Amino acid sequence: MEVKEIERIMEKYDADRTDVLGMLMDIQEKERYLPREALRHLSEKLSVPLTRLYNMATFYEALSLKPLGRHQIHVCMGTACHVRGAARILDKLESSLSIKPGEVTPDLNFGLKTVNCVGACALGPVVQVNGEYHGNMSALKVERMLKRYSEADKEKTE
Amino acid sequence: MSRLNSVGELEKLRAEILEKRDSGRPCITTCLGTGCHAYASQDVYNALAEEISSRGLTGKVDLRGTGCHGFCEQGPIVVIFPGEICYCRVQPEDAADIVALTVLENKVIDRLLYEDPVSGQKYERESEIPFYKNQDRLILGQNRLIDPQNIEDYFALGGYKALAKALAEMTPEDVLEEVKKANLRGRGGGGFPAGVKWETTRQAPEKEKYVIVNADEGDPGAYMDRSLLEGNPHLVLEGLILGAYAIGAAKGFVYVRQEYPLAVKNLTLAVQQAEEHGLLGDDILGSGFDFSVSIKRGAGAFVSGESSALVSAIEGQVGEPRPKHINTAISGLWGKPTNLNNVETWANVPYIIERGAGWFNSTGNEQNKGTKIFSLVGKVNNTGLVEVPMGTPLRKIIDDIGGGIPGDKRFKAVQTGGPSGGCIPEQYLDTPVDFDRLKELGSMMGSGGMIIMDEDNCMVDVAKYFMHFLKDESCGKCTSCREGTKRMYEILDAITRGEGREGDLELLEEIAWVTENASLCALGSTAANPVLSTLRYFRDEYEAHIKEKRCPAKVCKALIRFTIDPEKCDGCGRCKRNCPEGAITGELKSPMTIDSSLCSRCGICREVCHLDAVTAE
Amino acid sequence: MVNLTIDGKKYQAEEGQNVLEVALENGIEIPHLCYHENLSPYGGCRLCLVEVTRNGRAFLTTSCTYPCLDGIIVKTDTPEVLRARRLVLELLMPLAPEAPQLQALARQMEIEEPRFKTDEEADDCIRCGLCVRACTELVGAQAITFSGRGYRKTVEPPFGEEALDCIGCGTCVFLCPTGCIQMVDKSAERTIARWQRTLPLKACSSCGRYYIPFAQIEFARQKSREAPAEDWFDLCPDCR
Ligand SMILES: Cc1cc2nc3c(=O)[nH]c(=O)nc-3n(C[C@H](O)[C@H](O)[C@H](O)COP(=O)(O)O)c2cc1C
Ligand code: FES
Ligand code: FES
Repeated sequence: MEVKEIERIMEKYDADRTDVLGMLMDIQEKERYLPREALRHLSEKLSVPLTRLYNMATFYEALSLKPLGRHQIHVCMGTACHVRGAARILDKLESSLSIKPGEVTPDLNFGLKTVNCVGACALGPVVQVNGEYHGNMSALKVERMLKRYSEADKEKTE
Repeated sequence: MSRLNSVGELEKLRAEILEKRDSGRPCITTCLGTGCHAYASQDVYNALAEEISSRGLTGKVDLRGTGCHGFCEQGPIVVIFPGEICYCRVQPEDAADIVALTVLENKVIDRLLYEDPVSGQKYERESEIPFYKNQDRLILGQNRLIDPQNIEDYFALGGYKALAKALAEMTPEDVLEEVKKANLRGRGGGGFPAGVKWETTRQAPEKEKYVIVNADEGDPGAYMDRSLLEGNPHLVLEGLILGAYAIGAAKGFVYVRQEYPLAVKNLTLAVQQAEEHGLLGDDILGSGFDFSVSIKRGAGAFVSGESSALVSAIEGQVGEPRPKHINTAISGLWGKPTNLNNVETWANVPYIIERGAGWFNSTGNEQNKGTKIFSLVGKVNNTGLVEVPMGTPLRKIIDDIGGGIPGDKRFKAVQTGGPSGGCIPEQYLDTPVDFDRLKELGSMMGSGGMIIMDEDNCMVDVAKYFMHFLKDESCGKCTSCREGTKRMYEILDAITRGEGREGDLELLEEIAWVTENASLCALGSTAANPVLSTLRYFRDEYEAHIKEKRCPAKVCKALIRFTIDPEKCDGCGRCKRNCPEGAITGELKSPMTIDSSLCSRCGICREVCHLDAVTAE
Repeated sequence: MVNLTIDGKKYQAEEGQNVLEVALENGIEIPHLCYHENLSPYGGCRLCLVEVTRNGRAFLTTSCTYPCLDGIIVKTDTPEVLRARRLVLELLMPLAPEAPQLQALARQMEIEEPRFKTDEEADDCIRCGLCVRACTELVGAQAITFSGRGYRKTVEPPFGEEALDCIGCGTCVFLCPTGCIQMVDKSAERTIARWQRTLPLKACSSCGRYYIPFAQIEFARQKSREAPAEDWFDLCPDCR
């Protein structure tokens, strides 16, 4: 990550160190993970101990020290989705992608993660991909959904 | 837009807005809330816009994108005014008909009407649909009438009238007194009287004070705060400004979870608009009162919604609870007196100030006034956001509004209060829903999640589910919560795997006791509720798992077996194609069979079977 | 000054003191693992639970974090208090089954057979956070931190790699109640394996003993307002 980019994010928050979590989230959104140099840079410039940034990076669900997938799939495991069979959706995704939650496919194309409620409970079970919601999911729909994202990629590269 | 420098200027602006608006002019509203958005309501909106402009109706027909109406399951929802004709599950292709028939010819399109799944009856007007008819939508009601990104819509409905009234006619003490008289109880969990809390902060000696909106909404299965922030952000802001005025705070924060990007967006916009209009900032409406608001995003941690943890998070620390023997009301943000309330609590305030405590007190029961929004989800016909007077019986919510349980399944339990709550069985369905009664039943009001379970839900599995959630979401600081939730989970997991032993339930109860009594924050001290309440009402289900190695609801994978009924199976092969384990064999067009030794009991075959031929036993 | 009652006797305490402090000063034993008088109270281990009655309401709370307030009544040995402490220790034991301090407490509380199996990943750390607070508050090096949350919470240097800010002072080693942080001095080198840190040591110019990491000297010079004399660190404390 370029230093200029980090500086720009810091400026957005007037380099106020109480907003360091916001900065971390912005970096995460931009890079799909928190690069170490970025944390070191923030630590130095804001005089926030690196230990605290590392603590935050490991405490919050939305932050990751490892690159996430280009298509980050969040399977909602909230209560409403659970009672409507979210576990089955997760099973299906695990077997289709051959990865476990928290992992990324070797080509970094898909990342899989379980989350607790994305706030669309009436549509459960819900899967969120890159922030897009897919409601009333079923095993069959999972196949179609994955195919759609893979094909969209192919179109882009062609 | 220029600043409003007095209450008079606000009223003048309101009059101008109302003047411009012709209530007879057709207006098509499309819900763009998160639920409908997931059903591509933006495409519907775009198609309608296209249709309006291509027919040269721009300026003659209004189009408005609104926040969540609450009936997300039927989305995308389109309502056409002035007739209030409500269409469900609308597709972009329907746009032409909607404009041509309904808007221009006043004809109702039958295929788009809501059809009651039980009676088969169709309804034309939104307010006639049983889901809405049986509600009392005091707080949520404006959502369907407002474009949340347009402050004029809020003004048109009387927005910021309460603030104008307070600044022009009331002292801060008057405002505080009114909220106290209204006996408004906190909607975020505990039901603590807001007025009393405000007063503590107001009277704390330090001059610098803060107010906070808790919009971390971490309860899985609940999304009313989201819908309010996304759909009517100015209502929450107005409540916050009123609170700040009463308390004497010059600075406020809204802590929103990052999982709600639209809420962050609409709220940010609302703050900007309020600043531009002189409703936030220095010398609000020329009254001499200064107040500003910042928005902070949470990064995904349930425990950060706890008040002391939230204070840490806003200060830029890790969002972990602190031991608080001194209330945050007296020593919160940077050690200063800080008043924190839930989104819905704040949203009640403008109504209380505008219409008076007496009016507010006319809804609800003795100790619980006003309404409460619930997120009615799970195994119920109509899922969505439901607002009812406090004290409404559970049965009314589930049957009259929710339309009962789908299929011919039997109701088993309703889970309220999120991970700190409990499961309530059928015999208590006539209980009025309020803070105190739910507590008596071993559950909680919590923030308003209401998850319905039917006979196909295993209560041990549900308890295990919550414990899994809590052991992951515990901050891990104190032993009793960190280790207690972990151990309870281990035991529950063993029971669902058929490895439960004699004495497990007693051990569970012991750990539950220490977790409840020895933990640092309310996450720990309520963590045992899901276990204790299911043990209280469904002990026989636990015992079936332990003694007979049987899961009565046929959920626990280790205790069930899937088979295909050869009589019913037509050999279509769907199950075979979708089985992730390759456990299903058989020729096409002849009955399939499941190899139990390969089967992982994921249940996908049952889900994809179109003939209901797969059964669990 | 405030007045409070502990186990039926009246005591005076200074405003701002916590209950545990006052109890210990007066010879009342309350077991505790995460409290240290020179560090900010943390309230993590939950062993120091007592029953407090305030304004007529009795509840269990940790004495290390509870402030001495006027008129509170503290009981340190009710059956409930003892039961809770016992269960807390039972929950802690599997994390560090071999730790002598925990075993001694277990004997005191007459816990024979622990009811919970030892975790596979048990690393003898009970998450009391003394090391983290010492490194942050006393030393100021801020080389280690908590990471993660819930049952996955651990203590580690940033990124779980070598603690680059560790000066090898050994304060954490000295304070750890389970002995899970080991420090080994081998001729001119000091190693704290848990923080993956090895540092060269300076020898005393008189007795020749390797006694302090250069990094610690450097750190002390930067931190202290009045720089110690140039040759202050040439001699070990014994030879000074
Ligand atoms: C673990 C935990 C999580 C919580 N999460 C929330 C939350 O997401 N939103 C909320 O309003 N209150 C939450 N609370 C309750 C708050 O601590 C606090 O009581 C509430 O926000 C006060 O507002 P009220 O009085 O208006 O209800 C949580 C409490 C605990 C213990
Ligand atoms: S429980 Fe899945 S979206 Fe809320
Ligand atoms: S000594 Fe008080 S909680 Fe550890």
